[in-house]
Amino acid sequence: MLYRENGQFKTSYRADQQIFPIAQDRIAIALLLAVAFLVVPMLASDYIFRAILIPFVIMALAALGVNILVGYCGQISLGSGAFMAVGAYGAYNFFVRFPGMPLIPALILGGLCATFFGILFGLPSLRVKGLYLAVATLAAQFFSDWMFLRIKWFTNNSDSGSVSVNNLQVFGLPIESATSKYLFCLALLVVVALLAKNLVRGAIGREWMAIRDMDVAAAVIGIRPMYAKLSAFAVSSFIVGMAGALWAFVHLGAWEPAAFSVEISFRLLFMVIIGGLGSISGGFFGAAFIVVLPIVLNQFLPAFMGLFGIEVSTAGVSHAELMIFGALIVWFLIVEPHGLAKLWSTAKQKLRLWPFPH
Amino acid sequence: MKLSKLVIAAAVVAAGASTITTSAFAQAKEQFFPLLSYRTGPYAPNGVPWANGKQDYIKMINARDGGINGVKLTFEECETGYATDRGVECYERLKGRPGVSLFDPQATGITFALTEKAPVDKIPLMTLGYGLSVAQDGQAFKWNFPFMGSYWTGADILIQHIGKAAGGMDKLKGKKIALVYHDSPFGKEPIPLLQERSKMHGFELQMLPVTAPGVEQKATWLQVRQSRPDYVLLWGWGVMNSTALKEAQATGYPRDKMYGVWWAGAEPDVRDVGEGAKGYNALALNTSGQQPKVIQDILKNVHDKGQGTGPKDEVGSVLYTRGVIIQMLAVESVRRAQERFGKGKVMTGEQVRWGMENLALDQKKLDAMGFGGVMRPLSTSCADHMGSTWARVHTWDGAKWNFSSDWYQADEQILKPMIKAGADKYLADKKMTRRDAADCQS
Repeated sequence: MLYRENGQFKTSYRADQQIFPIAQDRIAIALLLAVAFLVVPMLASDYIFRAILIPFVIMALAALGVNILVGYCGQISLGSGAFMAVGAYGAYNFFVRFPGMPLIPALILGGLCATFFGILFGLPSLRVKGLYLAVATLAAQFFSDWMFLRIKWFTNNSDSGSVSVNNLQVFGLPIESATSKYLFCLALLVVVALLAKNLVRGAIGREWMAIRDMDVAAAVIGIRPMYAKLSAFAVSSFIVGMAGALWAFVHLGAWEPAAFSVEISFRLLFMVIIGGLGSISGGFFGAAFIVVLPIVLNQFLPAFMGLFGIEVSTAGVSHAELMIFGALIVWFLIVEPHGLAKLWSTAKQKLRLWPFPH
Repeated sequence: MKLSKLVIAAAVVAAGASTITTSAFAQAKEQFFPLLSYRTGPYAPNGVPWANGKQDYIKMINARDGGINGVKLTFEECETGYATDRGVECYERLKGRPGVSLFDPQATGITFALTEKAPVDKIPLMTLGYGLSVAQDGQAFKWNFPFMGSYWTGADILIQHIGKAAGGMDKLKGKKIALVYHDSPFGKEPIPLLQERSKMHGFELQMLPVTAPGVEQKATWLQVRQSRPDYVLLWGWGVMNSTALKEAQATGYPRDKMYGVWWAGAEPDVRDVGEGAKGYNALALNTSGQQPKVIQDILKNVHDKGQGTGPKDEVGSVLYTRGVIIQMLAVESVRRAQERFGKGKVMTGEQVRWGMENLALDQKKLDAMGFGGVMRPLSTSCADHMGSTWARVHTWDGAKWNFSSDWYQADEQILKPMIKAGADKYLADKKMTRRDAADCQS
């Protein structure tokens, strides 16, 4: 009843090609943005910002990047952690080696480093596909682990291999408080998400999807596989690299190569699969599930068991957290193999007919 | 139908989360100790006794003394799994609690991340025997306290001991010493000092990294077999240590030529290897065993009442005792702060920081607290945030650890300029200046 498009007529191609053709969607997104930018900074506590919202926003950005490669172009990658690491260390080197380097150009240059690295390790995708490619991209992960542990130049000759940044500023405004960090990351996320959405709606996105669905057929209708695949690697690793730089600069402040280990590659892939392959909103859902759920479980379980007078040990909680988390992933994938984004779009479909389903 | 269930589940979770946040802020006049720990993951065998010791000491102080001058002690544990991002999350979760005193991050990686955050939040960090070596310079690192030793002091003492065992430091010339280390900031920290010592004495330093967590060491020990170093220094943690000892056994490398840092010298490291680890040496910051009075107090006041954390027979093990020492230093810092800022009051992080900077635990005090013989006296100042750089070596005889050397002190002559240079570089990178004399009084 509320979510019905009766009476919304589109009289031009422009109107038909909007990102959100339904008026209710536009209102909902505008409200969501208003809440995210205005209401949340007023309500959320320091802890919610630093431990939940900032990691969520940054990981959503990374998942968005991975989704372009895995979801839209169908190139399964296990090297996302490496692209994040290259973005982080690239931005770090630009930041410390050029005095007075502003933060945003450093992040973009870090993203460009990751782009180059991504194209380099995307080359095997021209020959190998599917799981074989996934294994090939693992090489990127191992290579970056090795590179940032061993080559001292990348860590500015730090003895321990751990590096740190401070005095972050954007246009003279310090990025120190939790609110400013959150707003900065969120603004970047919104800009990148908008660009990505338009990219996947355009010609290049259609090429990616054609390659994903059947690369031979795509080649037959005139899509160049090399161009399509490498551009997907380039765009994806640029976004993932920027997310890596944000993770290091804004969230951790000081980091070591272990912060971008193979585990983070797996987590990003899980985010994309659970969130929904080939959808921009999927990245957000997936990031929320993977980042927030363990933390919520970790705090919720002791309180929940406390209601029944049972005290659980710290170890017990973290074991239970892993078990419940694993079980939920399996359950979700059985109930909805296309991810949370699909669940969301099903809900929207049902809402259109509500309250009179066929 | 699936959707409705989902919504209900989400609502239940959300409701639960909100009740915790409200209930946790209810208490007041209590000194709160946030305990970061890892009871899961590849480092759990070593993380568990350490965390147990910390908890038991707090419980014992509450039961025996009724807190610090009447201020009750509370704690909450937060599981990090040794992962930096989870550690940061735990820190953010616990730092806002009322009466929060200090953080012991229990991991070098987390320490690095928190070093950036602690000055902003005005909460001190205690990193006993680990963390940033240059943080001994309290004039540069106001909020870091690497009590009782850093990786540089540890490496220095090991070289001194090896030199003594070889019959004099000049005998080290031409010898080959291999460093088998955990490939992380934790393992890499000692390298600059070892390089310095190798230049001084003319021994060859061979670097053999082991990828974290350290179960895959075949290639490393193949290199050991090939180059036959005269001594092996083991810079491992958790599962890496026992694996290294097994590999040494398989390679036929003599265990009595192996020297571990104090994080590679506890029961979990050697227990599974048993006889195979016989003769293996490691640094020791503290004793082990149930004889010391403080351990007896814990057994009497906590474990005999059925409130102990962990199994009773692990009380007094090497890492358990270290946990007790860490918590004792935390409690004494609060007590010291109370002497200046008001007895019987809850101290803020800033006040506890002053307490940590002005600790003076001499032998008499230690004896009175039941720590006689367990550790060396310790006294800190604005310039020296470490307080004591003494350690000795103990050797595994197949069943227990026995002390095999006298106390050594790390060589000031070598350490001082290195720490000064490192701290100056840190300050220059961060565009900060040294604390002046007035700041030292605050």
